[in-house]
Amino acid sequence: MMTNPVGRITQGQFSYLPALSDAEITLQIEYGLGKGYAWSVEYTDDPHPRNTYWEMFGLPMFDLKDAAGVMMELQNCRKAFPRHYIRLMAFDSTRGVESTVMSFIVNRPSGEPGFGLRRQEAPGRTIRYTVHSYATDRPETERNP
Amino acid sequence: MAAPLYQIPGQQAPSPGAPAEAHAAAADGTGERTVAEVLAKSRAGAVIDDLERDLVGLAPVKSRIRDIAALLVIDKLRMNLGLLAHAPSLHMSFTGNPGTGKTTVALRMAEILHGLGLVRKGHLVAVTRDDLVGQYIGHTAPKTKEVLKKAMGGVLFIDEAYYLYRPENERDYGQEAIEVLLQVMENQRDDLVVILAGYKDRMAAFFRSNPGLSSRIAHHLDFPDYPAGDLLRIADKMLERQSYRFGPGARTAFEEYLVRRVPQPHFANARSVRNALDRARLRQASRLYADQDRVFTADDLSTIAESDIRASRVFEIAAAP
Repeated sequence: MMTNPVGRITQGQFSYLPALSDAEITLQIEYGLGKGYAWSVEYTDDPHPRNTYWEMFGLPMFDLKDAAGVMMELQNCRKAFPRHYIRLMAFDSTRGVESTVMSFIVNRPSGEPGFGLRRQEAPGRTIRYTVHSYATDRPETERNP
Repeated sequence: MAAPLYQIPGQQAPSPGAPAEAHAAAADGTGERTVAEVLAKSRAGAVIDDLERDLVGLAPVKSRIRDIAALLVIDKLRMNLGLLAHAPSLHMSFTGNPGTGKTTVALRMAEILHGLGLVRKGHLVAVTRDDLVGQYIGHTAPKTKEVLKKAMGGVLFIDEAYYLYRPENERDYGQEAIEVLLQVMENQRDDLVVILAGYKDRMAAFFRSNPGLSSRIAHHLDFPDYPAGDLLRIADKMLERQSYRFGPGARTAFEEYLVRRVPQPHFANARSVRNALDRARLRQASRLYADQDRVFTADDLSTIAESDIRASRVFEIAAAP
């Protein structure tokens, strides 16, 4: 955010670490597969904190045994959206859990636009604050030149 | 950026003396120097012994697997001396008459390749045309890719692969599946092994119309028909697995049965043997069933008598003229 000194958004796991290498991503995928999670690839150009549901790149991958399949999808997604945010998510289908249990960003644009704080005057000197994603300043087709 | 303080398993250790011994050894050339040393550390030897023991006949298949195992061991030695070693291309095609063991060997192959360390997970995904080819435009590629992703790290077994290509229908989606398959077979050779299986003549026609596929398959294995002696040994093994055995004279009778059955039409090698034995078991059951007041021993219940075999229709046909 505004005071983020490295200019990298911090969402999901490992976001305070340097970007994971492919070998490290593979290991994380293997860990998830070992636990029986289903991986999926998602991408977006607007990483607003409230933008919970990113675009799905293909369907979630159930019944995989090896990380190579997920990595193949990830490489395809990187090829298609080189300047988007891409994240991997692991879904745990165990009864009673049935939710996303891992999520980390694996691809970022080279320059991350980040967020600004917007103030809105409201009646009675009230100020409403909201977080604004600079990525959305331009129309969707003109972002990520 | 400073070197990370953590270490990724399976990667070269940052400093000598770290736990990744095999890799450290590979770098300075103090690893295994003889075939025996490599075999002692891998499961390759045990895997091949299992294969020899469990499968009857199939000499060309066994010898090819032995060759692959040998190459792997030598590659390991080469790597220890700092020479280049490429993982061999392992896509295979199994052709042969019905019942010659194509599917059985494919099922074992995943295990074997895993034992040799050539595939990472060693599971087998068995599919047919229906699992790869979609029903409408744009359905096939994602469907095939999904199957391929599931098979990564293991073996993808495509039974009756010739059904993928239907020349009589030019709008058939099978061709699309073949293209996706080819692409992954070529680009991700390290990640999965594809085995195509089918009857010999139809597979030959299939490969003629898809030369790209044929040339990307390194191992074309032809499964020969079993000679009578092998069929008899297969029968022995089948009975043993179901804890049955031949009674006195029954094995000879079965040998005679095979001699009569083999030249007849629709003979499907091991599958026919299995069916013949199943029918003998049925006849044994009704023979014992007729004896309502007898107390059976385990021996009675597990013996296929000569009469059970001789009652086969094959003997009647032979005796009739």
